[in-house]
Amino acid sequence: MTAVQMGLDAVSVQLGTQAALTDVSLRITAGERVALVGSNGSGKSSLLRTLHGLVPPAQGQVIQTPGVRQAMLFQRPHMLRLSALNNVALGVWLDRSLALNWRAAQALALQALQRVGLQAVAKQSARQLSGGQQQRLALARAWARQPDVLLLDEPTASLDPHAKREVEALMADFAAGPAPDLPLTLVWASHNLGQVKRLATRVIYLEAGRVLADLPVADFFNPQLLADCSPAAHAFVQGELS
Amino acid sequence: MNTFSDSVLTALNLVISLDPALWVVVARSLAVSGMACLLAYGVGVLLGAWLAVSRFRGRGAVLVGLNTMLALPSVVVGLVVYLLLSRTGPLGFLGWLFSFKAMVLAQFMLVVPVVTALTRQVVEDVERQHGEQWASLGAGPWMRGLLLAWDERLALLMIGVTAFGRAISEVGAVMIVGGNIDGFTRVMTTAIALETSKGDLPLALGLGMVLLAVVLLLNALVSGLRLWGERRHARPETVQALEGLRS
Repeated sequence: MTAVQMGLDAVSVQLGTQAALTDVSLRITAGERVALVGSNGSGKSSLLRTLHGLVPPAQGQVIQTPGVRQAMLFQRPHMLRLSALNNVALGVWLDRSLALNWRAAQALALQALQRVGLQAVAKQSARQLSGGQQQRLALARAWARQPDVLLLDEPTASLDPHAKREVEALMADFAAGPAPDLPLTLVWASHNLGQVKRLATRVIYLEAGRVLADLPVADFFNPQLLADCSPAAHAFVQGELS
Repeated sequence: MNTFSDSVLTALNLVISLDPALWVVVARSLAVSGMACLLAYGVGVLLGAWLAVSRFRGRGAVLVGLNTMLALPSVVVGLVVYLLLSRTGPLGFLGWLFSFKAMVLAQFMLVVPVVTALTRQVVEDVERQHGEQWASLGAGPWMRGLLLAWDERLALLMIGVTAFGRAISEVGAVMIVGGNIDGFTRVMTTAIALETSKGDLPLALGLGMVLLAVVLLLNALVSGLRLWGERRHARPETVQALEGLRS
């Protein structure tokens, strides 16, 4: 049986007076590529932030398997007024579990930049990079922290088609992991059903903070099966595809 | 020629001829305000960055108090420092009253709230937008405060200039705690007040010109630095757009 890396047990999250998640239970196992879909405000980002420990649940329990490392990528990554290399190095240096000095952090950061094809702009100010390059830089920063699970909040939402393809290719590359027996687990929020179809192994559909469908990707894109399982998810997919 | 134009010409002459009576006062003013601002900047930036990222009971009340202190009249600061440093006051044993140090202390107390409140606002705005990302990377509140303050260093430079402008142009506090003693605690603003009351308008005007020139020079320097910094970190298309606007 594949190991559970993280999960939620009957979790409800309250943001101010609004219920962001209601009674959500799920398990993420090693090597899965889980896409979270749903309309704006459905709770995708809240679910990711709760899994990452950024938002405490009002009820229920967040399951974090000890020793499982995770990193999160945000829709609009924030880069400091530093070089691309130093931005990644800072992300590595801040990770107390890696306990690296600055020089070692920079060496690891350089490897990460090579991995995402940004070694040529290592010395350039991160703020000067294009949106697509900044997102790849953020992926490098996340990857350099050597995660087992990578959480991504709409990583291609604000990118042009070319940059979208580049980031998507990197996600697929990362998911393959450093070795076939060491795949990286991906959990990401997306509005792009084509991308979900190409990358995901499992799809979770959320509406108003509730999980209404949680299916393998082939079943999620089987209209008949989805309609039987979750009419709301079926209506969403039909609306997105029409 | 009327009195005003005569006074302006004489004042210009004093400035250009490097009149010692004028330039000693200018140098003392710069030293007092420079030192007070340097100290206040160190304390205020750290305190402001911490306030921006920390959450504690009573924080709202602290912020209201801090923002109120932005409008603190300099004479009130002077009075408080006078009471603290007077012979019977809690800090009377220091023997600082009517000295350079007393003026530095008064201006320090005047500008610390300015630096703290403005730094807090700048850092908190960025923290609200991006703090979660840095928390997810493992930066605790202190580290986030320092990183975001460093990242907003161009805005913090402007805060430094604002603080210096407030310090060097105030008259009430240094008058009360310094005593405007010729050769010891006379600074530009207290000298202007005194010379005007004596009717020596050229010297007062000359000092006023230097005061304006100092603030102008500082603003120009910081604006230049800011532009340079923004260009250095801006995307090429933004730089192009800026160039287009300029041409």
